[in-house]
Amino acid sequence: MKKMFFPAVIITASILIGLAGCKPKNAGNAADGDAASRVYVPPGKYDELYNFVSGGFSGQVSVYGIPSGRLLRVIPVFSVDPEKGWGYSEETKPMLNTSHGEIPWGDQHHLDLSQTNGEIDGRWLFANENNTPRVARIDLKTFRTAEIIEIPNSAGNHSSPFITENTEYVVAGTRFSVPMDYENGDVPINSYKKNFKGTLSFISVAPTDGEMKVDFQLLLPGMNFDLSHSGKGPSSGWFFFSTYNSEQAHTLLEVNASKRDKDYILAVNWKKAAEYFKAGKGKKVPVNYAHNVYSEETHSATSTMIKETTVIDVKDFPDIVYMIPCPKSPHGCDVDPTGQYIVGSGKLAALIPVFSFDKIQKAIANKDFDGDYGGIPVIKYESALHGEVAKPGLGPLHTEFDGKGNAYTTFFISSEIVKWSLKDLKVLDRHATYYSPGHLCIPGGDTKKPYGKYLIAYNKITKDRYLPTGPELAQSAQLFDISGDKMKLLADYPSIGEPHYAQAVPAELISKNSTKIFRIDQNKHPYATLGERNSKVVREGNKVHVYMTMIRSHFSPDNIEGVKVGDEVYFHLTNLEQDWDVPHGFGVKGAINGELLVMPGETQTLKWVPLKAGIYPVYCTDFCSALHQEMQGYVRVSAKGSNVPISFSLGKNSDANDSLLAK
Amino acid sequence: MKKNQIATFPRILTIISGLALIAVLFVPLWQIELAAPQYPEGLVLKMYPNKLGGNVEVINGLNHYIGMKTLHAENFIEFTVLPYIIVLFAAFSFLVFFVNKKKWLYTLFYSFVSFGIIAMVDFYRWNYNYGHDLDPNAPIQVPGMSYQPPILGYKQLLNFGAYSIPDTGGWIFIGVGVLLLTAVIIQFTKKTKSVYA
Repeated sequence: MKKMFFPAVIITASILIGLAGCKPKNAGNAADGDAASRVYVPPGKYDELYNFVSGGFSGQVSVYGIPSGRLLRVIPVFSVDPEKGWGYSEETKPMLNTSHGEIPWGDQHHLDLSQTNGEIDGRWLFANENNTPRVARIDLKTFRTAEIIEIPNSAGNHSSPFITENTEYVVAGTRFSVPMDYENGDVPINSYKKNFKGTLSFISVAPTDGEMKVDFQLLLPGMNFDLSHSGKGPSSGWFFFSTYNSEQAHTLLEVNASKRDKDYILAVNWKKAAEYFKAGKGKKVPVNYAHNVYSEETHSATSTMIKETTVIDVKDFPDIVYMIPCPKSPHGCDVDPTGQYIVGSGKLAALIPVFSFDKIQKAIANKDFDGDYGGIPVIKYESALHGEVAKPGLGPLHTEFDGKGNAYTTFFISSEIVKWSLKDLKVLDRHATYYSPGHLCIPGGDTKKPYGKYLIAYNKITKDRYLPTGPELAQSAQLFDISGDKMKLLADYPSIGEPHYAQAVPAELISKNSTKIFRIDQNKHPYATLGERNSKVVREGNKVHVYMTMIRSHFSPDNIEGVKVGDEVYFHLTNLEQDWDVPHGFGVKGAINGELLVMPGETQTLKWVPLKAGIYPVYCTDFCSALHQEMQGYVRVSAKGSNVPISFSLGKNSDANDSLLAK
Repeated sequence: MKKNQIATFPRILTIISGLALIAVLFVPLWQIELAAPQYPEGLVLKMYPNKLGGNVEVINGLNHYIGMKTLHAENFIEFTVLPYIIVLFAAFSFLVFFVNKKKWLYTLFYSFVSFGIIAMVDFYRWNYNYGHDLDPNAPIQVPGMSYQPPILGYKQLLNFGAYSIPDTGGWIFIGVGVLLLTAVIIQFTKKTKSVYA
C-alpha cells in the first residue's frame, strides 16, 4: 500500500501543478513596449496635461500631471481639510454652509471644465456634490473653491455639473426623486408615484466672474436621473439626461427598477426652457438654500440663504422635454464632438444604442411618438436611433471621444475599454482594464475639440495592482496611449477617494494664469494687519482679537498675556510675505480646531477657546525658512476673573529686536 | 572750415550722444541678478537713474537674515542727483553740437569719462557699505563673511550667486562713451593731418 501511495501522490501533485500552469495568465502586467519612456517626465520638467479627478466619497478634487501620473494637489471642496484649514478657519466655514447647517463632508462625483464655443477655456472647474445637492466652482487661477451653491428640490445631485457649450448653464439633475421642498414631505414612502418628483436644475453662470444662480428647475415625474451631457454644434440648444427606475420603485431597486426592457434618455430643449423662464413662465415657489461665495479680496466667504426659485412643470410646456427609450437602465449619456450622436449606455445591456440628433429632430417634427410618460412625449426608439453597437462587451457605462470619429466605452462587468467607430458602429479594438472601470477621461473628450492622445480609465477594483495596504485599498487610474490604432497600456497609479468623472487639459492653458501670491496692498480683510507696527491684541467682552503678522521667521506679537479661560480668542493671521511659495502655518496647542496655512498676502483666522489656565505655545507649521524652528510664540491663559491685563510684545527680551518692533 | 571747428562726422556723433542720454533716463542703468537653489526663477535688483526696481521687497526680506540694511531709494542721494546729471550731459552734448568748438568736444569727453569713473567708485562704495555694515544681532553670522556684491561680474554670497552687469541704460552710457571717444579720435587725427598737410 505504502509503496503505491507515494507514486500516486507524486503523480497527482504533478497533474495539479501542470493544471495550475494551464491557468490563464494574468495579462495585467503587459504594459506595452516603450511605456516607460512615454510616461517618464524628467526631474524639473512639466507634465503635458493637467488632469482634474473627482474624489467621490473624499469630497475633494485631486489634480494630477499626465502622462507621469504625479499627484500635484488635492483641492478641498466639499469636505473639511484640517491641513489647509478648509472648514476650520473662520473665513472658510461659510463655504460649507447649507440649509441643514455646516456639513463637513460631501460626495463629489463629476467635473466639467468651463467652455467657450464648445472648447475648454481654462477658467473654472465645476464640481457636483451628490449627497446634499450642491455645485461648486473652482477658480483655476488659484486652484481653490470660489463658490458653492446648494440645489433646492433635489436629492442625490448626480447628473451634474455638466455645462452648455458656452458655460451658459451648469445642470443639476436629481438622482432620488423626493417630495418637493415647498410641499409637505412627511408622506408615506409608498406614495412615491403620487408625491415624489424629480427636478432638472439650470444654474446660470455669469460670463465675467462665474457667479452661479439657480435660474429655473424643470419639474418631472418621479424617477432616477443619472447622467447628462450638453449638446454642441447643431444640438447646442439641447441637453441630454439618462434616467432609470421609470418603474417608479421605492424599494429593492436592484430588482424593481430593472424590470422594464427600456428606460429613457431625455432630450431637453434648454434654450426653449430658458425663453419660457425669461418670459416669466413657471411658478415661483418658496425654498431655502445656501449660496456661498469666497472673495479673494477679503479672503473670506459669505453664505446667503435664498428663499425662492422658479419651477417649470414640463407637463404644461410640451415642447421642452422629449423621452427616448434606451435599453436597460442607462447610465452614461455622452454626446460626440460633432454634436450629432448621443450615446446611451444601459448598465445591463449587451449593446450600445447611438441616437442621432437629426433623427430626433425629425421625429419631433413628425410627431413620431409612442405615447407619453407622465405627460411627456416618448419618441419611437427606431425613429431616434442612428444604430446599435452589437456585442461590444458587458455592462457599458461611459463613453468619450478622440475627435477622429472614434468612441471609447468602459465596460464594468467585462472590465475593458472598447474602441468603436461612430460612423459604422464597428468595434475596432478592446483592451482589458484592472479592474472594472467606471468613468474614463480623454483630454477634452466631451468637448468639440478633443485633444486625444491619452485615455485614462478609473477603476473601481484594485485588488492585486499595488502593494497591499490592509482591507482598504486605493482605487486605480490607468493611462492608455490612444494615438495609434491599438490602445496601449502605459501606467497604473492610485487615486484619492473614489474617482468618477475627470477632465484633462493641455497644461499651458492653465499654468500661465496661476496665481503666485496675493497682493498685500489689495488685502481687504476686515482683520488684516498690514505691517508689523499694526499688530495688536484687542479685548471686546469675552472675545479677544489677535491681529498677528507672520514673516520669515517670526510672529508679531509673539508673547501674549491677559487671555482668560473661556475667552473666544480669534487669531487673525496676516502673512506679510510677497514672495512665491512662502506660506506660513499656524498651530495652537490644545486648540480643538485645525491649523491655518496662510498664503503670502492673505489673512486667515483661527478660533480658539482655551479651557485651562497655563502657557500655550503657538508655532509655524510650514517649514518656511532656515529659522522656521524659531518661528514660535507663547500665549498665557489666566483663570476666569483673573486681573492679568491684555499685553503683547515682540522681541522684548533683546534690545536688538526692539528696533525691529519700532519699524 | 575754421581751424577750431569740429568736423561734420564727430559733430553728428555728439548729437546722437545727447539723444541717447535722454533715453537713459527711462531705463535701468545697472542690474544685479541673484540666483539660489530656492529661487530657480531668479531675483533681480535693477538700478534706474531715479529709483530701484526688480524684487526689492523680496531681497530686503532675505537680507534680514544676514543683518543687511534694507534698501530704500529715498536713502540714496544718487537717485535724486543722477537724473539731473544725465540731463546736464545731454544738454552739454547738444551744446557742443551748436557751439561747434573742438575744445568743447574735448571737455565733454573728459568730463563724461570722469563722471563714469566717479559713478563706478560711488557704486563700489555703496556695495561695500551694504556688504559690510551688518547688524551684529543678525540671525545668520558667518565669521569673516561679508556680502559685498561685485560691481561687475559674478560672486558667490552664501547660497546666492550675485551677477552684476550693466542694464540697458548702462550699455547706452558705455556706448555714448565710445561715440565720444570716436569723435575725439577723429577730430584729433584730422588736426594732426592738417599739421602735415
